[in-house]
Amino acid sequence: MRSLQRFQPALLGLLFLGAWEVGVRLSGVATFILPPPSLVAARFAQAWGDGTMMRHLLPTVMEVTVGGLLGGLLGLLIGIGLGLSGAARRLASPYLVAAQSTPILALGPLLVLWFGPGATAKIAICALITLFPMAIATLVAVRDADRGLLELGRSIGASRIQSLLLIRLPSARSGIFAGARVAATLAVVGAIVGEWLGGSAGLGILVNLARGSLFDTPLLFAALVQIALLGAFAYTLVVAAERLSTRIQR
Amino acid sequence: MASALELRRVSLSYGARRVLHGTSLTLEAGECVALLGANGSGKTTLLRLAAGLLQPDAGEILIAGTPALAGREDVGIAFQDSRLLSWRSAARNVALPLEVVHGVTTAVRASASAALSRVNGLALAHRAPAELSGGERQRVALARALVREPALLLLDEPFAALDAPTRNQFNAELPELIGGAAALLVTHDVAEALLVSDRVLFLSAEGEIGGEWKGLRSLPASQRRSALLAPGGLSQQAELLAALSGVVYA
Repeated sequence: MRSLQRFQPALLGLLFLGAWEVGVRLSGVATFILPPPSLVAARFAQAWGDGTMMRHLLPTVMEVTVGGLLGGLLGLLIGIGLGLSGAARRLASPYLVAAQSTPILALGPLLVLWFGPGATAKIAICALITLFPMAIATLVAVRDADRGLLELGRSIGASRIQSLLLIRLPSARSGIFAGARVAATLAVVGAIVGEWLGGSAGLGILVNLARGSLFDTPLLFAALVQIALLGAFAYTLVVAAERLSTRIQR
Repeated sequence: MASALELRRVSLSYGARRVLHGTSLTLEAGECVALLGANGSGKTTLLRLAAGLLQPDAGEILIAGTPALAGREDVGIAFQDSRLLSWRSAARNVALPLEVVHGVTTAVRASASAALSRVNGLALAHRAPAELSGGERQRVALARALVREPALLLLDEPFAALDAPTRNQFNAELPELIGGAAALLVTHDVAEALLVSDRVLFLSAEGEIGGEWKGLRSLPASQRRSALLAPGGLSQQAELLAALSGVVYA
């Protein structure tokens, strides 16, 4: 029974794909409007076979990795600083919330103006889009550390840095990783948005090419599948890092 | 030789509420004193003052002749809630007070194992706090309080949340577990106070020491419980219960 439950999400996916395939074929919808999954799969395989997908995937992976790590690390440090200091929190929180409320798409043209159409602007977008969820998740988790455990730290003579490293951060771990999970998927969104603003390679560029000049809807869907897989992979990496950190902490 | 703990005319208020008023108390080296009082009488506040976790409004608190400051290596403290770090194994929880001084070393690990062994908890070493019963958690917390071989042990109702059989077991073991350290046990349980201590002090609702009784710790372990039920022990219990009731119903 339990093993059946494990496969339920896959079964649901297969059911969805089956319904999609049958629906498209029976309705006679043109494939440039909605291609059936079998055609998308074939185009996906072809794009991998002729090197198209790899050529566009690598720049996106690079932007997601560098921008995500940079934004994640900065967000972590800002969150720790604001979580520890009430004064800094009162000073910076309104601006942090205002910055998070600003759509990253609106900032994109400005970043391209500043950094040019190369990878730097895309990395900056990735970093900005990951920074805020990381900073806020870390801030809340560090600020709300168990008072009893912090008092225990004082009673055994833990310094401020020991209290942070031995008590606050480990107890904030699940909150911080919750922020990292959101940030990981947003980093992919940031890279795609950045690529739409200009450039020559990347999955966002591939989506634009497939939609516009190539008019290749199956390739557009194949690129979307690849973006989803990249997001899922980034999310899985964060989950794996969280599990590893749990094991190390014990 | 300086006393293990000395409170000289200590006063403390929380806003308009006066908790301790000119309270004085002395613990000699190696002596176990139970501080008995009703809920809200200021027992825990007194213990937190002794641990240096609070500062008095007036008066002086000395440990071995020097001011009571949080984090002294010669003081061990066990709280009412075990305050174990959920992400650390039992052994690493016990090692924490040593780690903040010496870092993670083989000697620290050995001392943690020895402390766990002292409280008959060696079998718990590799288990996570979530896998421990309430009694086991308090056993680990007690080992953590003992791991630095403190000269003064501060025990804040560490068995209050345990079921009766587990509590009885701890009351039987504690006089020997304390060893040669001085100990201040805060409790509202009359039988526990008499069984575990050399002296029982009663803290009145006004935050003053309102009486002193002789405890049963000096008797052999096998005779303490029967002494508690002997005429002398019963009359002591009756007196202490009357004192507690006076607080409750006055």
